[in-house]
Amino acid sequence: MADLSYVRLEMLPQKEPPRSSVGVQGWMRINLFSSGANTILTIVAAVLVLMILASILPWIFGGVWNASSLSECREIFAERYGNGTEYACWAVIKDRWHQIIFGYYAPDQYWRPVLGFLLILLAFAPVLFPKLPSQMFYITLASIFIYPWLIWGGTIWSPIIAALGVAVGYGVYVLASRALGSLIGLLLGCAAAILWWSAISGALTDALSSTIPASLETMSSLNLAGFVLSITIGIVAIAASLPLAIVLALGRQSDMWIVNKLCTGFIEIIRGVPLITLLFVATVLLNYFLPRGVEFDVILRVMILVTLFTAAYIAEVIRGGLAALPKGQYEAADALGLTYWQAQRLIILPQALKISIPGIVSNFISVFKDTTLVSIVALNDPLGIANNIRANSDWNGIVWELYGFIGLIFWIFCFSMSRYSMWLERRLQTGHH
Amino acid sequence: MSDAAIPQAERFKLSMLIYDSRYRSATIQAVVLTLVLAFVFWIVNNAVTNLAALGKPIRFDFLGDTASYDINQKLIEYSSTDSHGRAVLVGLLNTLLVAFMGCVTATVIGVIGGVLRLSNNWLVSRLMVLYVEIFRNVPLLLWIFVCMFTLTALAPQPRAFRGENPEATMKLWDSIAITNRGIYLPEPLFSRSLGNIDIGIFLISVDLLAILAVLGAGIFAARWNSKRANAIQTATGDRPKTLGVNTALIVVPVLALLVILGFHIGKPALAGFNFRGGINMSAPLIALWLGLSLYTGTYIVEAVRSGIQAVNKGQTEAASALGIRPGRTMSLVVLPQAMRIIIPQLISQYLNLTKNSSLAIAIGYMDLVSTLGGVTLNQTGREMECILLLMAIYLTISLLISGGMNWYNERVKLVER
Repeated sequence: MADLSYVRLEMLPQKEPPRSSVGVQGWMRINLFSSGANTILTIVAAVLVLMILASILPWIFGGVWNASSLSECREIFAERYGNGTEYACWAVIKDRWHQIIFGYYAPDQYWRPVLGFLLILLAFAPVLFPKLPSQMFYITLASIFIYPWLIWGGTIWSPIIAALGVAVGYGVYVLASRALGSLIGLLLGCAAAILWWSAISGALTDALSSTIPASLETMSSLNLAGFVLSITIGIVAIAASLPLAIVLALGRQSDMWIVNKLCTGFIEIIRGVPLITLLFVATVLLNYFLPRGVEFDVILRVMILVTLFTAAYIAEVIRGGLAALPKGQYEAADALGLTYWQAQRLIILPQALKISIPGIVSNFISVFKDTTLVSIVALNDPLGIANNIRANSDWNGIVWELYGFIGLIFWIFCFSMSRYSMWLERRLQTGHH
Repeated sequence: MSDAAIPQAERFKLSMLIYDSRYRSATIQAVVLTLVLAFVFWIVNNAVTNLAALGKPIRFDFLGDTASYDINQKLIEYSSTDSHGRAVLVGLLNTLLVAFMGCVTATVIGVIGGVLRLSNNWLVSRLMVLYVEIFRNVPLLLWIFVCMFTLTALAPQPRAFRGENPEATMKLWDSIAITNRGIYLPEPLFSRSLGNIDIGIFLISVDLLAILAVLGAGIFAARWNSKRANAIQTATGDRPKTLGVNTALIVVPVLALLVILGFHIGKPALAGFNFRGGINMSAPLIALWLGLSLYTGTYIVEAVRSGIQAVNKGQTEAASALGIRPGRTMSLVVLPQAMRIIIPQLISQYLNLTKNSSLAIAIGYMDLVSTLGGVTLNQTGREMECILLLMAIYLTISLLISGGMNWYNERVKLVER
């Protein structure tokens, strides 16, 4: 036994993996050239990408930023590159970007939409990021009154008086519901708020603004344009449609036959027709449906119809959230003896809305994209502005630069929102399983 | 008995309508119904009064008046002397045409893209992500404009085809002309045509009916042949060869009929300022079609991807354990199961595409919105009737599509174990 020639006492060190399976080479082998078909696919795709880049990149980076018209751009190209090929004339963006974004605000008023936009971000923050303190919901409430004032201008007293209406209504509700029961209290509260807004607020606003004048320059709705218009329509639609959508979703889940059928009918009709027909209703028909002499602003009419449109879609999202809740939640609420509204408010809706947020965000993305349709009914959204710019003799003939710029801004907004929605979806998933 | 202590017949009090759960739901429904009916009555009453004051009560007889506008893209015979009703029909058919074409191409793009998106080829799957993220995050209307401008800016004008050394030439052996006014495709012609049947609204080509009938009969015969082969296989264990016979049964009669009818291809040819002959797809139609399919395609890519990823990984592993190649695993094992998840999402995308085809009005494709809600509305001034009719037609189309697809969905579901 002693003449055993060799016994290994320690492990051999690990060998290096073959050169072909590590590093760049290995990665390419696994991910790009794993089989004959894959290699062909890779080469075709790479050639395609290179061809597209080769045609677009020089156009983009060879472009001219300083010129006053398209013909001047072309002169510069001819001088710089010789005749023949076209390059981007970015001068149009430099000249008109503020119109595309801010519409027809005077340059010294740009802070208003910017501030409004920041306010909206703050207002949505507690909804979107649940870790933030819930006191921030006061900002959300306040912004409902401040944002329209920033956008449309006018005296500072009108948002304050309008907000006071809510306070009055709430006060009446609290007092009356203690004395007369919650249903009568609610009715009285609503009546008080409506009375405040219709009878008192106008006179009070006039009186206050004449004694203490503090106001922003009034902005006519017709001058509201560009991305400010798109964002405003989108935000108003999403914010105003939420309460309506909750009611519709609950109605569609309801056991009451008439309520159920009314809500279902409304949702299906709205979802069955294209948005553009609803915009036609807003611009052409809505005045017929109101008593004679009652007329209001075309942008407000468009907002009402876009809100109804959005509400029908969000109602379906919320209905999905309601249906996704385990049945035990409803039964537990019943077992605790909660009334229908108590159960909805305390148990069902907080959970259902939480799981609906990703769906609501993707609806917001599509509403925001759909706001471009208002250019068909002659409102100046970014695409409408682009048409106006192209009608100008200086920039007649410009196409790609404008649409590229507008598309890029839309893309940044929508892409970041969709990423947020995906992040939220992932987070919600880990919370539940 | 303690029951005796409870009063047998409680007297009905008015407050029980609210506080007794037996009556409360009836009360609420009655109140809601009253309020809704009152609101509807108020709206309708306002509309009727306002329209009467303007001297245009709601009537649909304007649909019989002469339309006096031209539509260059049409599926059925139409001229400007026809009625508004016929113009609307042309528009409706145009809407259905672009919706159908869009659905087909969007599905093709979506399915191919969805499979490529999951490919283990890094470059290809990244490219698909890029395609999806770029197209779905920019408004559809912008894409339609971009397609339209690409076509009108990059395609040559018809007059570029003229002369000894033309700047542009027709593609595919002089049969397809791509111009900035549209694409001209060759059309099938029959030198010994059987003529047309006039069914009142439009003409139906007897040739087409005959071809369809012969094709249908051929397919029926082929299926009968396959059934016979199956029967023989179960009885004897040997399966007679069917592929050749089946192909012959389907192809030969159709070819024979085509020869009898004198089938030949009519190529478009330059005449005057534009091309004549052939099938014309106008530039707006192509732009709308491309825009709709590329945009909706992204949603179908995502639907296909999520459907495929939802199939249990064990299914793929079981298939490869059985030695089935990856391509066949996809088509035989994964896709059939993924279809149940994909189809409901497809339905809603088809619906969206059909509704989005209404953006045609922005680039001047004469679809339902451009005819009924555009030119006809402006010429007759009948806003109420036109827009209500427009919404009713779209609602009908939507309900039909979702109804039909749900029916199909139910049938697919039945297979589930």
